[in-house]
Amino acid sequence: MGKKIAMETNQLAAFAMAQIDPDVVAAYPITPSTEVVQEFSKYVANGEVTTEFVPVESEHSAISACLGAATAGARVMTATASQGLALMNEILHIASSSRAPISVVVASRALSGPINIHGDHMDISSIRDAGWIIMVAEDAQEAYDNIIQSIPIAERARFPIITSYDGFITSHAVEVAEVLEKEEVQKFIGPKKPDYSVFEDKLTIGVLALQDSYIEFKRKQAEDYDKVVDIVKQVGKEYGDLTGRYYDTIEKYMTDDAEVIMVVMGSTAGTAKVVVDQMRAEGHKVGLLKIRLFRPVPKDDIISVLRTADAVMVMDRAFTYGGIGGPLFEEISAAMNDLPCRPYMANYIYGLGGRDIKPSHIRQVFEDGLKAVKGCGFDQQIKWITVRE
Amino acid sequence: MANNFNITLPEVKEIASRGVKDQPFIGGHRLCAGCNAGTIVRQVLTAAQSDEYQIVVVNATGCLEVATSIYPYTSWNVPWVHVAFENAAAVASGIEAAYRALWRKGRLNKKFRFIVFGGDGGTYDIGFQALSGALERGHQLLYVLYDNEAYMNTGIQRSSSTPLGANTTTSPAGSVIPGKPQMKKRIVDIVAFHRIPYVAQAIPGQPFDLMKKVRKALSYDGPTFMAIYSSCTRGHRFPPEKSVEVGKKAWETYYWPLFEIEQGQWRITMKPPKKLPIEEWLKMEGRFAHLLKPGNEHIVKMLQEAVDEYWDYLVRMEEMTKEKGLWTWVPPLTRQKI
Repeated sequence: MGKKIAMETNQLAAFAMAQIDPDVVAAYPITPSTEVVQEFSKYVANGEVTTEFVPVESEHSAISACLGAATAGARVMTATASQGLALMNEILHIASSSRAPISVVVASRALSGPINIHGDHMDISSIRDAGWIIMVAEDAQEAYDNIIQSIPIAERARFPIITSYDGFITSHAVEVAEVLEKEEVQKFIGPKKPDYSVFEDKLTIGVLALQDSYIEFKRKQAEDYDKVVDIVKQVGKEYGDLTGRYYDTIEKYMTDDAEVIMVVMGSTAGTAKVVVDQMRAEGHKVGLLKIRLFRPVPKDDIISVLRTADAVMVMDRAFTYGGIGGPLFEEISAAMNDLPCRPYMANYIYGLGGRDIKPSHIRQVFEDGLKAVKGCGFDQQIKWITVRE
Repeated sequence: MANNFNITLPEVKEIASRGVKDQPFIGGHRLCAGCNAGTIVRQVLTAAQSDEYQIVVVNATGCLEVATSIYPYTSWNVPWVHVAFENAAAVASGIEAAYRALWRKGRLNKKFRFIVFGGDGGTYDIGFQALSGALERGHQLLYVLYDNEAYMNTGIQRSSSTPLGANTTTSPAGSVIPGKPQMKKRIVDIVAFHRIPYVAQAIPGQPFDLMKKVRKALSYDGPTFMAIYSSCTRGHRFPPEKSVEVGKKAWETYYWPLFEIEQGQWRITMKPPKKLPIEEWLKMEGRFAHLLKPGNEHIVKMLQEAVDEYWDYLVRMEEMTKEKGLWTWVPPLTRQKI
């Protein structure tokens, strides 16, 4: 049993980073992840980590410096959110194609405009095609656990990784979490064994690949990216063996016999579990599927849970302009296409810019599902809720 | 070797006579005939050869980068990293930080120096912020600007380095507007006033002056900067064989003076034997052809005045800082000795 500590999730994230003790942290503060950088710089100032801390002048330079350090064989981390992640966008693609296992903590936040500093999933959704592994935590405990796991996942997969938790809702909440000792963390992540380093060989990194080679590079990257799902499962199991907290790409809650399953990501899963308990007590067969691994999509795992449902309610704390529903719904819908017989599916866009999602909202969604099952589907497949009409 | 940064002719000959595999920068790249970027790299890396340390090169996107790294070939016989256009200084910052971390943790025991190559686009404009940040943080890096005064890689578009009146594809000499309407940005001074230890200006046509400056720059465990005039046959419009001569003419007309600023101490390193009027340089480059036609005399006059003004500034700075530099470079308090 590890010791239990109470901290704000941002502080806990910095604590996890300090236990990892990366070689280089290059970071630029942004709400609501600022505290991660602040807290980490305290560890640096007090000599509690051996990290070279590079307080850069922008997020673009933060990720650029991280990528530079990764080409030098260093273990590298940073933290950001929202506009910061958006500013990094260009380099995120280059980092994944450089196979640089950088770990980035993201306190997910709405994107401007209008400017808003509160929690939703638009930032991580907007960079879903950058070739990064993206994991989303429900609470402080999972955020801590994901950050520790991010190192072996990224380094085995040879892809960069984002571990996110919801801005303010989770980032600024004080929660009790069980933590490992630093030595245990070090043992779990192991010493850094870089694939390549500019200090070891006369490498040419960042070549120009034209029509005769570019597509082969991308195909190799795509194939390797598909292997990430198994790596996440393996690391989740190893982490479970160490801590007793086992993780998979998804988390099932009362889904085995459920007629209506809600699919959700992030802190809303906590609220939804309470509602599932209440409705189960009332005799309704409802359940919850929490997505931990947003990218790559753990398609088989998702299908294995949802295939027996009669109705699937996908909750998106993000949306796409003119898409067929929110980002999560698009993926779940596409995954379900393989089934000979699909459940009814509906999408709920909610909670943008930190708008509260209450148990009453969740209950209404489940009730919509139960009604659809009894009748013949949904009047409206894509609905915005928690919004003033 | 304290205080003697001169590179001798036998030294250069020895490096030049090495086999291809021992050259830091190998021929066969796709730079244009007469392009000075390759010449600059060769001179910089020749001067940077050292028994003490190895070099890591970071390259901003641009002509030099695309022409030397077409997969599966490379011209770089030193570790070389390219990430993007605007972030070469930030990438170098990260590599340098990794170097310090790995050294401290005992995972590295070879010494390195870091050299960045960027064109005027990647330096004056889109990469300006990353450069300023890296200079302020005090990383060891020699940032080499090869300045061809426009975005040549994408087809000769104006930059903030393009001189007044120059004809580029986004500041075309039209019937109403005679080329670029703005003056050139003074990057060397802007960089110097980050109070970094060493800043210099050079031309490949004076290789020993250039190479000495490289060695001086690399003697500092901090950020240093060199602005090197890089003739471009395509963008400046002159025959390839005139490349070095054109650069020299920029110097002889005082357009591109050779000087250095060491810890706030200005020094003109090579003064041309005779100051030529600006037209002597303008007439060699097709981008200025329209300026030499009747009706544009006032622009030539403005260019001449800017040259005179800057030279006057340099002379005054040299005089003023003869005894004492304007600043002492202060490395970060955390700087560990490697």
